[in-house]
Amino acid sequence: MTIETTAAQPAAAPAPAETVTMTYSEAIRDAMRIAMAKDPAVFIMGEDVGTYGGAFGVTGELINEIGPERIRDTTISELGIMGAGVGAAMTGMRPIVEIQFSDFTAQAMDQIANQAAKIHFMLGGAVSVPMVIRAPGGSGTGAAAQHSQSLEAWFVHIPGLKVVMPATADDAKGLLLSAIDDPNPVMVIEHKLLYKTSGEVRTGDIRTPLGVAAVPREGKDLTIIATGVEVSRALEAAEILAADGIEATVVDPRTLKPLDSDTILRTVKATGRVLLVQEAVRTLGFMSEVSAIISESDAFGYLRAPIKRLAGLDIPIPYAPKLERASVPQVEDIVAAATDLVRKW
Amino acid sequence: MSTTVPVKAPMSGAKKQTPEFVQLLDPDGKRLSDELYDPWVSDVTGDQLASLYEDLIIVRRIDTEATALQRQGELGLWPPLLGQEAAQVGSARTLRPDDFVFSSYRENAVAYCRGVKLPDLVRVWRGTAASGWDPFEIGMATPAVIIGAQTLHATGYAVGCTFDGVDSVSVAYFGDGATSEGDVNEAMVFAASFNAPVIFFCQNNQWAISEPVGLQAQRPIADRAPGFGIPSIRVDGNDVLAVMAATRSALDRARTGGGPTFIEAVTYRRGPHTTSDDPSRYVDPVVAKEWEAKDPIARVEAFLRSEGVLTDELAASIQARADEVAAEFRAGCLALKNPEPLSVFDNVYATEHSGLARQRSQYTAYLEGFDK
Ligand SMILES: Cc1ncc(C[n+]2csc(CCOP(=O)(O)OP(=O)(O)O)c2C)c(N)n1
Ligand SMILES: [Mg+2]
Repeated sequence: MTIETTAAQPAAAPAPAETVTMTYSEAIRDAMRIAMAKDPAVFIMGEDVGTYGGAFGVTGELINEIGPERIRDTTISELGIMGAGVGAAMTGMRPIVEIQFSDFTAQAMDQIANQAAKIHFMLGGAVSVPMVIRAPGGSGTGAAAQHSQSLEAWFVHIPGLKVVMPATADDAKGLLLSAIDDPNPVMVIEHKLLYKTSGEVRTGDIRTPLGVAAVPREGKDLTIIATGVEVSRALEAAEILAADGIEATVVDPRTLKPLDSDTILRTVKATGRVLLVQEAVRTLGFMSEVSAIISESDAFGYLRAPIKRLAGLDIPIPYAPKLERASVPQVEDIVAAATDLVRKW
Repeated sequence: MSTTVPVKAPMSGAKKQTPEFVQLLDPDGKRLSDELYDPWVSDVTGDQLASLYEDLIIVRRIDTEATALQRQGELGLWPPLLGQEAAQVGSARTLRPDDFVFSSYRENAVAYCRGVKLPDLVRVWRGTAASGWDPFEIGMATPAVIIGAQTLHATGYAVGCTFDGVDSVSVAYFGDGATSEGDVNEAMVFAASFNAPVIFFCQNNQWAISEPVGLQAQRPIADRAPGFGIPSIRVDGNDVLAVMAATRSALDRARTGGGPTFIEAVTYRRGPHTTSDDPSRYVDPVVAKEWEAKDPIARVEAFLRSEGVLTDELAASIQARADEVAAEFRAGCLALKNPEPLSVFDNVYATEHSGLARQRSQYTAYLEGFDK
């Protein structure tokens, strides 16, 4: 069977955006619906993605529209799902594979790290792996140590993979559609706490380009760079800070790889103070890299304060809700750290 | 009562309903004969079967109570075992204290049979501890929630037993869904290669969350093991006596140097996957009804009554005992204490290390900031 794929072609320039309110999870579903309607090579595989509609309800009722052929419940085998996805992608399909919790990418890691990410390189560019891996990460749902990790740094550390972390409903849709277009394997790390949050989402076949950061708020006093669920916490903190006379710029890289360091450096130069916020454990997290990029650049000369990082404690996520909450940065931690940075320096 | 559980020849013309598995007590409570497996339970007295019956009633009662506790907001989550009581009790009651169990989350009846303290069943689900119990106190590891991982641990433990020269056996409990994971298949290859004294006890409860077993296996799951060089038994998982017989035969093989055995206990998950699941989305109510008719408790009750072992009086006292256990379980659950904030740093490493010690002291200072 040969399948015409249209997805690799550049996206048509979208008409000025009309928006509707939808949840992050509906926005992801909308993106998949659009991609599947347009390109017969796009299909979904995962555990409980069919009738059940996904462990977090993301595929929802899509199976009723698209059918079980292209929305496939798989065996309980993450390595199998991933490897079959790689194989399908090598032959020109555009699989979207869902891993029920991003923690279970551990089972699939050979196919992600050694296969998906390396095949284009090791086959001399003759074959690409246009696969999208969707996986929910993060804590805050009472799911304990093996269902709550923030593992984005693992994937950023693997040449050959692109990594995105949508923080809003619109980005969840736009980044996913860009990821589906992309000829490389793209890891889309969604956040469980965001699935039910709502936002304005552009209708139709829209894109959020990979490798372009968002600056959802501009202020003169400091730059807060945050990823995933910490973006909404940073924005909430920025409101509180504003009431206290501190104006924060908030940067959401959106794509961790390739990273839009231009936007980061530009905003850092403008404010001279940086607060980096990640949910993942501190040691060698994504923000360690952001910190290094700033330190190595000419933006360093603009800093009036040491770079400050807020991150998860270097511990497995505890089950007890209060301890779980305490182990990753919350709004009040961001407010305190930002205030400290601005008042002290 | 000292009579042993009698074998009655099946009535002429009567067929076993599902001939492809070992069944000693049919759903109506009729004792069927089985040349191969009868000898393994020939010593089980009526009283002993009544005691298993009591276990079945109690574990179902605990399960109901735990679901109620979750519904009342006292537990974060609960994975019910309704329907799987016989598979768990029948196997776990045959083990010796020095045997070792590696289970997944649903094996609460196994934990009960291993002698777990009641509140320990929910210590984790209530969010009060990272771990429910001390594995070495009851010969059972705390449950695995990463599907299939524990089967490898059980295999490694079994190889350890052979190093030590002891005849203890390790038992891996896992589900039908788990059989698709690489871990489980790799565990079987490993166990076969090293002739490890391990039992792979698969409760085929027909579901992996919303996915029917037909997605995981095109043939009976038990058929897979011989390909790995592991003998397998397919048993009626709702028949406590048959499960006991199958497990005893597997234990005997393992203890006498015969290596691993695979047991597929055919049963049915009658409740939701967990308390956060709504199975009405994917379960056919007609099929569910059929399985209700194969209830693991009703058949034992019918048999014991027909034998005159179970009187109304005894049944009432067992029920009262189950209610007492449930009350004790509930009280124990509600008395569990919330953990101290600084406990998050405990047990991250077996020994303290400097980086974490630094975070602990920073965090201590942060917490102290609130007292000022
Ligand atoms: C490696 C891994 N993949 C997926 C899951 C999510 N998950 C939890 S339970 C479950 C189904 C397991 O089914 P089965 O093995 O039959 O056990 P049962 O729940 O029926 O007892 C799945 C897919 C997980 N916990 N771990
Ligand atoms: Mg199952």
